[in-house]
Amino acid sequence: MKKLLIWLPLALFALVFALVVNGLIEPSDRIVRSAMVGKPLPTLQLPAIVQGKPGIDTAAWPKGTPRLLNVFASWCIPCVAEAPQLLKLKQAGVQIDAIAVRDSPAEVQAFLARNGDPYARIGDDAAMRAQLSLGSSGVPETFVIDSRGVIVDQHIGDVRAEDVPKLLAALEKAK
Amino acid sequence: MIAEAGLAALWLATAFAIAQLLLGAAAARATDPAAMLPGVRKIALVQALFALLAFLILIWLFVTSDMSVLLVAENSHSLKPMLYKIAGAWGNHEGSMLLWVTVLAVAGAGVALFERRLVAETLSATLAAQAAIAIGFYAFLAFASNPFARLNPAPADGQGLNPLLQDPGLAFHPPTLYLGYVGLSVAFSFAVAALLMRDVGPAFAKAMRPWVLAAWIFLTIGITAGSYWAYYELGWGGWWFWDPVENASLMPWLAATALLHSVNVLATRDGLRAWTLMLAVVAFSMSMVGTFLVRSGILVSVHSFAVDPTRGTFLLALLGLYIGGALALFGARVGTVTQGATFQLVSREAALVLNNLLLSVILGVVLIGTLYPLVAQAMGVQLSIGAPFFEKTAVPIALFLVAGTAAGPLLRWRKDSAQALLSRVTIPLAITGVAFALFFAMTGFASPIAVLVLALAFGLAAASIAPLWKRNLRRTPLPIYGMVVAHLGIAVSLAGMAADTLFKQERLAAVAVGDNLTVGPFKVTLTEVRPTVGPNWSALEARLQVQRGAAEPFELVPQQRFFPNPPTNTSEAAIATLWDGQVYTVLGAADGAGRWQLRLWWKPFVTLIWAGGGLIALGGILSLLGRVLRARREAREREEWA
Amino acid sequence: MKAKHQRLTLALLAVAAIIGAALLALSALKDQAAFFYAPGDVADKPLPLGKAVRLGGMVEKGSLVRAKDGVSIAFKVTDGKNVVPVRFRGVTPDLFREGSGVVAEGRFQPDGSFTADNLLAKHDERYMPPQMAGKMHKSESLEP
Repeated sequence: MKKLLIWLPLALFALVFALVVNGLIEPSDRIVRSAMVGKPLPTLQLPAIVQGKPGIDTAAWPKGTPRLLNVFASWCIPCVAEAPQLLKLKQAGVQIDAIAVRDSPAEVQAFLARNGDPYARIGDDAAMRAQLSLGSSGVPETFVIDSRGVIVDQHIGDVRAEDVPKLLAALEKAK
Repeated sequence: MIAEAGLAALWLATAFAIAQLLLGAAAARATDPAAMLPGVRKIALVQALFALLAFLILIWLFVTSDMSVLLVAENSHSLKPMLYKIAGAWGNHEGSMLLWVTVLAVAGAGVALFERRLVAETLSATLAAQAAIAIGFYAFLAFASNPFARLNPAPADGQGLNPLLQDPGLAFHPPTLYLGYVGLSVAFSFAVAALLMRDVGPAFAKAMRPWVLAAWIFLTIGITAGSYWAYYELGWGGWWFWDPVENASLMPWLAATALLHSVNVLATRDGLRAWTLMLAVVAFSMSMVGTFLVRSGILVSVHSFAVDPTRGTFLLALLGLYIGGALALFGARVGTVTQGATFQLVSREAALVLNNLLLSVILGVVLIGTLYPLVAQAMGVQLSIGAPFFEKTAVPIALFLVAGTAAGPLLRWRKDSAQALLSRVTIPLAITGVAFALFFAMTGFASPIAVLVLALAFGLAAASIAPLWKRNLRRTPLPIYGMVVAHLGIAVSLAGMAADTLFKQERLAAVAVGDNLTVGPFKVTLTEVRPTVGPNWSALEARLQVQRGAAEPFELVPQQRFFPNPPTNTSEAAIATLWDGQVYTVLGAADGAGRWQLRLWWKPFVTLIWAGGGLIALGGILSLLGRVLRARREAREREEWA
Repeated sequence: MKAKHQRLTLALLAVAAIIGAALLALSALKDQAAFFYAPGDVADKPLPLGKAVRLGGMVEKGSLVRAKDGVSIAFKVTDGKNVVPVRFRGVTPDLFREGSGVVAEGRFQPDGSFTADNLLAKHDERYMPPQMAGKMHKSESLEP
């Protein structure tokens, strides 16, 4: 009886520990994969946020070329971190359109001046509606849209150097 | 360059911690440990100095807004007021973990410098154990949470600090809690060393006691301050939300409170040996579990920080290693700890056992409530455990605990009689009865539990002063005063909680400028709504004129603040503290028809909650002061005799 | 009483206290755990009446109605499968708006509507909470 009592704390702890490990291994909804992957891009109509650069109107997009759709914000630090990679992708001839979330024209302008501008179009999504309709849960996220206008891949978090080849491969496949 | 120096300091601290572990372990098994001890002491000191240096460098990086450091860029902004730049250093994951391990190292150095009572073997083992904990957390910093990582290219400016955290109270709240959390690591190391060396007795308890007391004081202050912060910053009028993060600070406190009482039994009566060791392990385990719950983001809470599975896994591994290791050691060794002194069923010791039992049960219930969502998740069900659960379980048990707190100090050590106790508690019992009848008549069946709590608070207040009865007040030792003040603090705090539940009045309405509302005895007039700006925010503020009866009116100015970077809104409550309570006002949104939402509370005697918390901490300080002064006097006397 | 009996009494007392507390905790867990519901979860199942629960989903566009008193609102929460009307009296959080995610704490009424005591529309500066963002795309139950 006494022996049992002595080891009881360790047993209880082991139980709790197993539980927490389980909670950690199977996080309930930590990273939210968009259910839109594999479906056609929803129709988005977003006004331009900076002068001299068109907003986003997916209805008028020409089909036939794959593209990246980048969800970003000027107040987001990982977006600064991924800027060089996006520039590299642009140099590789990739068309990158963007959605600026909860942002203002002046801030975006300053952000582009500072970190470079890889974007062909930037749409203003102040209320985050376009972001939600894409199934994006945060910034930055990058969607790969194939030549038929279907979302084929979603990259969550900043695009790092090692992600560039993967994105290029995904774009190649999406032709 | 400076950031790299910080990282180097961290690595050097790690190296010294490893040396401290090895040398401490060697000294504990050596034939002449006393010869090696001075070396271990010095290493502990140097390790602490390097940890401190790393932390100061981090603060420097925040002060100078060095945006090339990722952590600074993510959590600071050049426009931020200086106080919050400094506080920003620990207002984030990496910085707070650095603070955590710095406190750990400094506490270890404190043991090395000041501890003179323990035999050399046990002290060496204690320092080795302390170093073993530190090494794990240094590794965590270096491999999973480097606070000095660079960001290339550096952004022009930072991302700011969560505006909810931009508050003077909160700037000093986490460090206070950490001092408490980590102070318990010393008790843990003492217990591990005692188990390893099979050296458990009054001397060990007396060495451990000041550390437990100090940690407990900081925890008490931290929890009290945290509760007040949530009260005025969240703008919901509540002072305790049973949020996982709040529970994470409450659980170590409960364990530390139990430990504080059992270590007294061990120090004065040489009883409860195994139990005290167990509690020392549990108390620090709760600190680590608390840190883990907050830092891994495994439980979603209003305070939660970013989620990172790597960090969670790393912290969890450390947790398993230290807690599992200590409990296994306990299981293997505690059988060899000999039976301490015995006592009768009606005695001070038995009352303290009851106290420990009830505190542990409350701790268990809070732990179950906090972790149950994880259990449910493992079974595929999503749910949350809120205040109703804790109010149904912890509160009734706490009522018994309050009764025990009143009776315990009136009992004699070792042996007493039930009859004698009954005669001593007559007056407090009578006061409780009268208070219950009185308040029940006032409030009826609105909340019988709150009426009972209020009545018990009066009884406890009377009972806690009773130990001073017929004593020579000038010759009463400080620790007795400490106990009286702390128990009185519990009574005061309980009275505040019950008064808030029973007597608060709330008013919610949309009003136009010039209109007025009444809440309790107050007439509140909205005189103006106007825009205003602060250092890094803009706001709308409502000017409210508040008047009680014919008294002089005063003004309250609740705000809706907007922080542009990152875009966030916060509601700043305006609170007036009067002698008999607080008027609490919150400005809501415009209703689109020229009216503004106002939420008003009159909370009689709510301030007693935190005043009581302050008294509890003061009691701890008095007790600690008494113990330390006495230890110094004894040391001096020993020297004079020698 | 002998020392041995003393200890036995104490041990029994301890066991009794722990069992009592465990029973108390279990019964409270059964009654007080706030389960999480999406509108679709209650479409064809009986309503969890008389229990505090959380309801999560999107605020349907065009459904928000403000009452004359300026502090009561009514709106509809949807997850694409079902719609639940919600009533709330109080100060709405800043990020509460039509077409945005919301978690309402409160109770279901017998008529199928929901009375909320509290609305959560919490957003982190970097990420929206997963329980809001994930909801529109995944019909599993949400994390509260």
